[in-house]
Amino acid sequence: MDSALIPKGVKRCSIGQFALWIAVVGAVLLWGVWAMLLCYFKGLNQTNMNNAYGFALWIWADLAVIALGGGAFFTGLLRYIFGKDELKHIINYAVLIGFICYSSALLILAIDVGQPLRAWFIFWHANVHSMLTEVAFCLTLYFGVLTIEYVPLVFENRQIDRVPFFHNLTHNMHGIMALFAATGAFLSFFHQGSLGGVSGVLYGRPFGFRTGLLIWPWTFFLYTWSAAAAGPCFTLFITRITEMATGKKLVKDNVVELLAKIAGWMLSTYIVAKIIDTVYWAAVTAPAMGLTLMDFYSNNPGSVYGLWILIAEVVVCGVLPAVMLVAPRIRSNPGLRFIAVTLAAIGVCLNRWVMVLQMQAAPVLPFEGWFTYMPSWQEIATTILPVAYGVILISLSYRYLPIFPQEPELNPIEGGK
Amino acid sequence: MDQQNGNHKKYGMVIDLDKCTGCGACMVACMAENNVPFREDDTDKLLSVSWMRIYRLGNRKPFPQVEECYLPRPCQQCEGHAGHSPCVSVCPATATDYDMHTGIVSQISTRCFGCRYCMAACPYHVRQFNWWDPMWPDGMERMLNPNVSVRMRGVVEKCSFCFHRYQLATDKAYLEGRRELDEGEYQTACTQACPAGAILFGDLNNPAHAVHQIAQPDSAHGGRPRNPKAFRLLERLGTNPKVYYLSSKEWVRKAGDNQVQRTEQTPKA
Repeated sequence: MDSALIPKGVKRCSIGQFALWIAVVGAVLLWGVWAMLLCYFKGLNQTNMNNAYGFALWIWADLAVIALGGGAFFTGLLRYIFGKDELKHIINYAVLIGFICYSSALLILAIDVGQPLRAWFIFWHANVHSMLTEVAFCLTLYFGVLTIEYVPLVFENRQIDRVPFFHNLTHNMHGIMALFAATGAFLSFFHQGSLGGVSGVLYGRPFGFRTGLLIWPWTFFLYTWSAAAAGPCFTLFITRITEMATGKKLVKDNVVELLAKIAGWMLSTYIVAKIIDTVYWAAVTAPAMGLTLMDFYSNNPGSVYGLWILIAEVVVCGVLPAVMLVAPRIRSNPGLRFIAVTLAAIGVCLNRWVMVLQMQAAPVLPFEGWFTYMPSWQEIATTILPVAYGVILISLSYRYLPIFPQEPELNPIEGGK
Repeated sequence: MDQQNGNHKKYGMVIDLDKCTGCGACMVACMAENNVPFREDDTDKLLSVSWMRIYRLGNRKPFPQVEECYLPRPCQQCEGHAGHSPCVSVCPATATDYDMHTGIVSQISTRCFGCRYCMAACPYHVRQFNWWDPMWPDGMERMLNPNVSVRMRGVVEKCSFCFHRYQLATDKAYLEGRRELDEGEYQTACTQACPAGAILFGDLNNPAHAVHQIAQPDSAHGGRPRNPKAFRLLERLGTNPKVYYLSSKEWVRKAGDNQVQRTEQTPKA
């Protein structure tokens, strides 16, 4: 029924199967939309946030998806600025994942603010000292860049491409894409960094506070660095998941291995910097504020925030995947490579979790105890909402757009249709 | 004259913990004065709004050495370094401001869009969110203070040192041809309500005011108190608060800040 829309040289499931898949994911999406409407109409009392936990699951989700979406800017930088030409076979997907991640972040932020109709105040009454202001400006602009990068892909749909205007527009946009890739990298450096600054500048919160360079705390640089490392890992993770779901090889090994290798070196250098940062914070910054390392990792209910979480983030999901991705023999093994990129993606999510949640859980006033928090179903549903939206957008893009340029070559169709 | 910021005021508080009985009159007065909303079931204190909150501290020693202390906690009106208090510098919409003329941290509720970054920034938990629409029992809305705007759902609020009283007092002084306020002309509701006289309020920059004489703030060292009985909460963080506490007990003074080795933890009130 929709065969005229499907790219040439590839095979897709029947429209019935596809519709059923979209209906299942769509049901999850509607569940999230219902929760979102509850939050809009009844207010944030629908969440389990409280006065000690002003930032919670949503802010973590924002920080995590933006870090994971970092694959778009970094792969674009490598492809268009550093001339890693092989990456043109995965850049489309990196852009699509980035587009989903950033639009998800904006959606979650729009639910998260107490007065959504005033959200534009962040631009109108901007406070230049606030890291959130920098985040808002750079994030919005970069989402515009991602849209510009994604739109030519939509125009490459078989039917749209037949219209001369769109065909020529796409051609011309591809011609100047290096400019947008450079703009995207510039904007990403600042908004990824300023997200790191969100906790790093909080000198009233010794768990998150970091000293730094000029106006930027060390977390500013660590966040950009970790996004450049874990973002491509997440691109590879989703690519592999897509390959598993479709039962096809979609990107050649040399492309995947190149990106994995670069991500591995980024992760290695990041984790060295992260360890130095952690040691300096534990030995100098926190004691100057009257606290020791173990004050942040002990005496909390159920030892939820024990030392295990630091070890999990830095060693299991940091050092280990870095070593795995740098070692050629491990990297070239698809199974081990998948484990490594998965660990790296989990690691950056864990980092964002502790910098948002543990920062607020740890008591600062000596006569207060740890604060606990468990998200409400509305918070969980609205966090799953963008995941469902992402699955739908990927499904539609995979079905109707030439997302994977190597797919026809890797999966030749009998009869050459 | 020991002054900062030229002739500007630096309003602050001295709370004598030896005198505080924990009666809660300051909290009640504050709520009534500032139209602070409450709910039918306000038992979860992490969800309720209370500009002034009283903590109960204990020395955690066995009988008969057991001791307790009540610690009223309004907004600490941090100056930080040059007005960069923890919450002011992070607000993305400039909905909170450090007033160099009074040293008071304002909260513009009509500009706040409820991102709650300031709440994450404040180590004292003085910033609270309106999780619900403010509702008053029938007829009680007529008891609201006309000088203080009520706040809507979805915005952050906090203690303002009864700033509307400052405005009323300065208006009156201007009409009378004066440019300076007497110490008693501008007093917060909690100060006036305290039956034990534990709370003193005034200009920390003015040597004639009791708060200055008692706290003896050292402006060369970020306002640190020279009075050995006085301390500020979380002094080491550099928040430079304008609320000073007095206690004759060393364990209470130590409980005001983290001492690297945390020796005692008491449940929050």
